Amino acid sequence: MLSIKNLHASIEGKEILRGLSLEVKAGEVHAIMGPNGSGKSTLAQVLAGRESYEITGGEVNYRGHNLLEMAPEERAREGVFLAFQYPVEIPGVNNVYLLKAALNAIRKHKGQVELDAMEFLTLIKEKIKVVKMNEDLLYRAVNQGFSGGEKKRNEILQMAVLEPALAILDETDSGLDIDALQIVAGGVNSLRSKERAIIVVTHYQRLLDYIVPDFVHVLSKGRIVKSGGPELALELEQKGYGWVETETRKPAEALAK
Amino acid sequence: MIGAQVRDRYLSDFKRVEATLPGRAVSWMQNTRRQAFEKFAASGFPTTRDEDWKYTSVAFLGEQEFVPSVAKVCEITQAQISTWAFAGSANHLLVFVDGYYAPGLSKIGAIEKQVLLTSTADLLVKQPELLAPLLQRNIDSAFAALNTAFMTDGMCLYLPAGSIVEDAIHVLYIATSPSKIYHHRNIIVAEDNTQATVIEHYVGINDAVYFNNAITSVDVGNNATIEHYKLQQEGVNAFHIANISAIQNRDSRFNSHSLAFGSRLARNDISTRFQDSGGECEMNGLYVVGGCQHIDHHTCIDHAKPRCTSREYYRGVLSGASRAVFNGKVIVQQDAQKTDAQQANHNLLLSKDAEIDTKPELQIYADDVKCAHGATIGQLDDDMMFYLRSRGISNDMAHGLLTYAFAHDIVDRIKFEPLRLRIEQILMAQLPQGEKIKELL
Ligand SMILES: Nc1ncnc2c1ncn2[C@@H]1O[C@H](COP(=O)(O)OP(=O)(O)OP(=O)(O)O)[C@@H](O)[C@H]1O
Ligand SMILES: [Mg+2]
Repeated sequence: MLSIKNLHASIEGKEILRGLSLEVKAGEVHAIMGPNGSGKSTLAQVLAGRESYEITGGEVNYRGHNLLEMAPEERAREGVFLAFQYPVEIPGVNNVYLLKAALNAIRKHKGQVELDAMEFLTLIKEKIKVVKMNEDLLYRAVNQGFSGGEKKRNEILQMAVLEPALAILDETDSGLDIDALQIVAGGVNSLRSKERAIIVVTHYQRLLDYIVPDFVHVLSKGRIVKSGGPELALELEQKGYGWVETETRKPAEALAK
Repeated sequence: MIGAQVRDRYLSDFKRVEATLPGRAVSWMQNTRRQAFEKFAASGFPTTRDEDWKYTSVAFLGEQEFVPSVAKVCEITQAQISTWAFAGSANHLLVFVDGYYAPGLSKIGAIEKQVLLTSTADLLVKQPELLAPLLQRNIDSAFAALNTAFMTDGMCLYLPAGSIVEDAIHVLYIATSPSKIYHHRNIIVAEDNTQATVIEHYVGINDAVYFNNAITSVDVGNNATIEHYKLQQEGVNAFHIANISAIQNRDSRFNSHSLAFGSRLARNDISTRFQDSGGECEMNGLYVVGGCQHIDHHTCIDHAKPRCTSREYYRGVLSGASRAVFNGKVIVQQDAQKTDAQQANHNLLLSKDAEIDTKPELQIYADDVKCAHGATIGQLDDDMMFYLRSRGISNDMAHGLLTYAFAHDIVDRIKFEPLRLRIEQILMAQLPQGEKIKELL
């Protein structure tokens, strides 16, 4: 589904992703962990099409398309969804209408009929139960005045409604209480299917207790430096990132000698 | 300073039309006009060397030869009027075509008997004494002096104590002819405990080059409320200079909304003075400019007395190579303790060539006051754009949506709903994907 090869990306002349490669197949859940500033959000944003990053090398193939050539909205319509680490507040733009427009843009792109107001409302009423979000939030401006946790739930609601083929969750578990964490995990797990792939960026093992990933990757200084199964996350929890960083430096140091 | 050539031209115009102007039979009016002309002839038009006109050049007035508009057969049809009217909601409609009242196109609905709603020219014939103090004041600026010398007509609303006009009063000023100057003079006198809503609506119907010079004076009595809207949709080559000045008495409310879309160049001077305590004023403004339009707002709120509240919210959307100016003066006099004044001006620059000069000008001479101001200039927010696009919204539409949302903060403050809907339509029509945006708000 997604194949990233030797990806280099920089911002304001500073290289953030430095030769990152990752293969994600349909049906898989990948967890990406790594220290602050290692480039996790950069990767997520680059995949969603953020134009402020300059791609200086490598390629990304998504379901047979050159992803890097697609506009963010095209990616969204082709099934890419990013749950933002910091969802932005958009005064004046109605939350639920945005979601309706988003869903209909995707449906239209797929050649499906657009949902009318009634049909959409029925759908949203059902989905909102899953994320246990306060209904009032639907009718407010996008994320405006939402608490940190409410913003994250809203992202999950969007994901549940849009049913993306590739969902990228950037620290959706940060700042959530334990109930909310289970809701997020529930949202992700209900989306899990043979046709879909999910990438979760997280700092915490506790999310991975609920969403058991197929693969865990450690991102450090813009590269994936270690990959493994779910047990890798546990090991990281015990030993910290320093362990991976020293481990991965070893071969290079050995070579230098 | 005024060039001899320009002065002579205006003088010969004045001599030629003076005897045709309303109030010609009233001697004080004749004197007022002559004095005003003298004043204008002495000062001439402002230049960019004048601090108040630093960013707005009226050099066109020396270059273009505008002639006073004279009454002629009106060519505007009822059908045209209906495109601008607020059918079924503003039951009082006064239409002025090329500076003259058009009774055939106007319609004044049921109104309390003692209320006077008429044309200024008409009143100058029927009850000139009512207007004497009003037409003789505020003629200091060049444009006010010129207006006083040449003014042809305008709306006159006189609300005796206790009277209320429930329905909005819609005043349409239609410009049809090239190379004309229109001098409108509007007068609102609201005695104690009165209430009314007035919409001044300026429209141009073609791309003619003309110059509209309008003045509105508003006297707001004790505990009176005046809701004043100005919708400016002049033609693309028009020059528009307008002055709205209010005087507020005890516990009065004056709300001004300036909604500026049209003209090649426009300048609005909007001011109020609290001459007694307890007054409230809200000044809202929205300017949406593109191409090589230039729109200038100079506002002034004079807190001369204690315990008055003013709120000012102005927003601008600039594209193309347009330019806007916002200068918000707030004066808090020594006497004006417990003043509460807030001002905010936010600007959205959609192109590199657009330019805004924004300046708060606070003069505070009292110590127990709350005053705040803020001005911002920015582009569309990258994070918001990306968020919307990452949800499948096209670039165009995200652009339109955020621009609309930005402007809507001011639109939301319009209490007269039909006008609010009209402004929404005007905005939609100017934005990419306008119609679709509507579904997202
Ligand atoms: N606009 C920018 N200008 C300069 N540097 C930037 C910019 N955006 C991101 N960076 C830098 O890129 C690096 C990677 O940031 P990124 O947000 O991808 O990290 P992260 O792995 O998601 O960290 P965290 O765990 O804290 O969320 C950081 O050093 C950050 O400061
Ligand atoms: Mg991050």
